[in-house]
Amino acid sequence: MRISTFFYTLKQGIVNIFRNKWYSLASLATITTCLLMFGVFYSVVMNFQYILKSAQEGVAVKVFFEDGISEDQILKIGDTILNREEVLKAEYVSATEAWEEFSEDYLGEYADGYTDNPLKDCANYKVYLKDVSKQQDLVAFVESIEGVREVVQSALTANMLSGVNKLVGYVSIGIILILLAVSTFLISNTVTIGISVRKEEISIMKYIGATDFFVRSPFVIEGIIIGAVGAAIPLGVMYVLYNKIIGFVIEKFNILSQLLKFLTVEQIFTTLIPVSLILGIGIGFIGSFITVRKHIRV
Amino acid sequence: MITLENVSKSYSTGAPALNNVSIQIDEGEFVFVVGDSGSGKSTFIRLLLRELLPTSGRIVVNGNDVARLKRRQIPKFRRNMGVVFQDFRLLKDRNVYENVAFAQRVIQVSNKEIKKNVPSMLSIVGLAGKYKAKPRQLSGGEQQRVALARALVNNPPILLADEPTGNLDPKNSWEIMKLLEEINEKGTTVVVVTHNREIVNAMKKRVVTMNKGVIVSDEKEGFYIDEN
Ligand SMILES: Nc1ncnc2c1ncn2[C@@H]1O[C@H](COP(=O)(O)OP(=O)(O)O)[C@@H](O)[C@H]1O
Ligand SMILES: [Mg+2]
Repeated sequence: MRISTFFYTLKQGIVNIFRNKWYSLASLATITTCLLMFGVFYSVVMNFQYILKSAQEGVAVKVFFEDGISEDQILKIGDTILNREEVLKAEYVSATEAWEEFSEDYLGEYADGYTDNPLKDCANYKVYLKDVSKQQDLVAFVESIEGVREVVQSALTANMLSGVNKLVGYVSIGIILILLAVSTFLISNTVTIGISVRKEEISIMKYIGATDFFVRSPFVIEGIIIGAVGAAIPLGVMYVLYNKIIGFVIEKFNILSQLLKFLTVEQIFTTLIPVSLILGIGIGFIGSFITVRKHIRV
Repeated sequence: MITLENVSKSYSTGAPALNNVSIQIDEGEFVFVVGDSGSGKSTFIRLLLRELLPTSGRIVVNGNDVARLKRRQIPKFRRNMGVVFQDFRLLKDRNVYENVAFAQRVIQVSNKEIKKNVPSMLSIVGLAGKYKAKPRQLSGGEQQRVALARALVNNPPILLADEPTGNLDPKNSWEIMKLLEEINEKGTTVVVVTHNREIVNAMKKRVVTMNKGVIVSDEKEGFYIDEN
């Protein structure tokens, strides 16, 4: 294609946008709304998963050992556990440390009254998992090791967390697909209206000997521009509002501040910017391309 | 230049619009096509443009068998023909200059060339002074000149005109016909569908008369024949 043809086509695409102001605005509003919903949704899901992940990492399985087992043996068992695929880390808590931790947490200065360690059989391993859904497997394995007295787990938390995590994943994929389908459909409708408005012009172009590519290009450029702007607007809005909303949430739910760990706006946007732009431009391109293809037949 | 051999065209409803038509038009000819309305004149033009395909028979335009053209070859094929209609068919939102330039942009002529060709074409049709006007600011005759300039700016070997003076007063009709004659004298093959008896009779050109989809007469230096 000639450069002058390219610029002419580009200009026509832009002129078309302004010539059909209302249709353009309708498409723009559609993409903007969908991508804003997508952005908000994406941020919520990402933060939610981030929070869940942090929470998961805090869920530990405690392994206690038989009376009279030597520290060497305990450490050996510890190594076996660490070698498991699903284990993130395992911390050894010696009897002394267990006592210190307990007395610090619950006794404070009254602990000084004890001379002997009342928790002398409480040496244990705190095992953290990469993925809590594997907790049951691990527990079964550890319980079968000789020398292990008891495995203490918080089954409810672990199951709930992994269940919620999966659910959030499915629901988000579902909602995103619906959003994409809806916006592509609406764009296609808008382009159809635009084409019917310009049917005469298209038929004139065809009489003169315009190729399909030449006829189609302005519409496709129109779609792409609307898609790109429709992606940029929600991104801008999100960028401005993100920190404010997170600040608000932290302030309001300050009791949960230990649990609520949020991603920074940069962390969210490194993915959100390219994904939104690709979606916006993709919706604009596909919506207009398919529609023009379907309607331009002379 | 244009050959029809036993061409018939039927639409889905009614009698055939063209019925076993054969005609030969040579390069550089000027041909009037006349006949009552509904006799198949526009169908003939649309077949030449490959807007329609014949139901049977063969159409060859400038060496191309229209039935054999692939879809993607049609644009190039149409660039052999300039076409004007009774209702002008200008782009209403663009000025005279852009309407004519449009034909050149479609075939990807460079801006530099366009700036040269469009003004010279506009002065040929006598509209050099009105290049900035929008179609609605022009009279019917002026609009048809713009359409003519657009049809000719790419120098097509063939010009097709379907009732180009149908919406014009006698003076403007004459001016348009004179322009078509000038263009023909420069070598372009011209086919004009018209109802204008006076002009046809005065110009002494080849006249093809159609009735109910059949060519009923074809005369060199012919006259407008009333079928009734
Ligand atoms: N698109 C169409 N569908 C069905 N019939 C048509 C169509 N176009 C034209 N016809 C019919 O074909 C015949 C010839 O029409 P046309 O070529 O337009 O005649 P003319 O231009 O001489 O008035 C007429 O009977 C008309 O009703
Ligand atoms: Mg007609």
